[in-house]
Amino acid sequence: MSGPDRGADRPLPPEIADPSPFAEPWQAQAFALVVGLHERGLFEWGEWAQALSAELKRPGVADDGSDYYACWLRALETLIGEKQIAEGADIDALAESWSRAAHATPHGKPILLENDPLTS
Amino acid sequence: MTNSHDHDHDNELDPMTARVRALETILSEKGLIDPAAIDAIVDTYQNRVGPQNGARVVARAWSDTEFADWLARDATAAIASLGFTGRQGEHMHAVFNTPQTHNLVVCTLCSCYPWSVLGLPPVWYKSPPYRSRAVMDPRGVLEEFGVRLDKDVNIRVWDSTAELRYLVVPMRPAGTDGLDEDALAALVSRDSMIGTGLAEAPE
Repeated sequence: MSGPDRGADRPLPPEIADPSPFAEPWQAQAFALVVGLHERGLFEWGEWAQALSAELKRPGVADDGSDYYACWLRALETLIGEKQIAEGADIDALAESWSRAAHATPHGKPILLENDPLTS
Repeated sequence: MTNSHDHDHDNELDPMTARVRALETILSEKGLIDPAAIDAIVDTYQNRVGPQNGARVVARAWSDTEFADWLARDATAAIASLGFTGRQGEHMHAVFNTPQTHNLVVCTLCSCYPWSVLGLPPVWYKSPPYRSRAVMDPRGVLEEFGVRLDKDVNIRVWDSTAELRYLVVPMRPAGTDGLDEDALAALVSRDSMIGTGLAEAPE
């Protein structure tokens, strides 16, 4: 059994009273994408665990677990890249497009990708 | 929105939300995910699975020795008989606390956890300090959780994997002879099934 080499001397993060497993909605979505892609057969769960573990063992990961879903998302992007579904640059470009679309959408209206002024 | 100044601002997506939206767009355009199925998964893990499932398993094991034997032999099947099945194809293994041995579960690799019976793990379970200290100093970790065991109680640490997840069956508290399964289940906390707690005594 080989434990992670970090965190050995540090205190445990406190229990959080909020019973929701997700701090923000995007975390729930990112979680569900992985479960959905696994159910679809895109990867074995062991493959996923390895990808996630690699992210969680990087230097600079927070002791309090607060960046867990950021690691989760990076692991998902890595697997998607390895499966040649999308490159990081494609994801960057589309994320920017979503941000522009949000900015161009008046309050109270649903944010749609076609609201991006650079693509419509 | 709690900020009263928000009303005349444009919408903004924070960078993580924009990124997840981008992934969803790509994956659904390629036919790899169905947005409705994604919403259903969120609903399941946010609202439907949780430690109440595991508490039901433990309460049954305390009440029914045949079920307890089955749980010890083939936890995956015994747990599935109560309607709780994993979606990652993982096997379950139940570890029973005794007066001589206390069991503690960790995942040193990442955060493998028996979702079907406990829901998603608490933040501390996923944190680097727990993942390393549970292995190196389990007694110290238990003390931080307020669990003090006699020196002669052995602590067994179980390291979860993607394929094998553990459920701790805590010892049945004294004074619970007349209780039915519902009342017993109420004594079984999430932490008692990870091993960082004990079952509660009845009031």
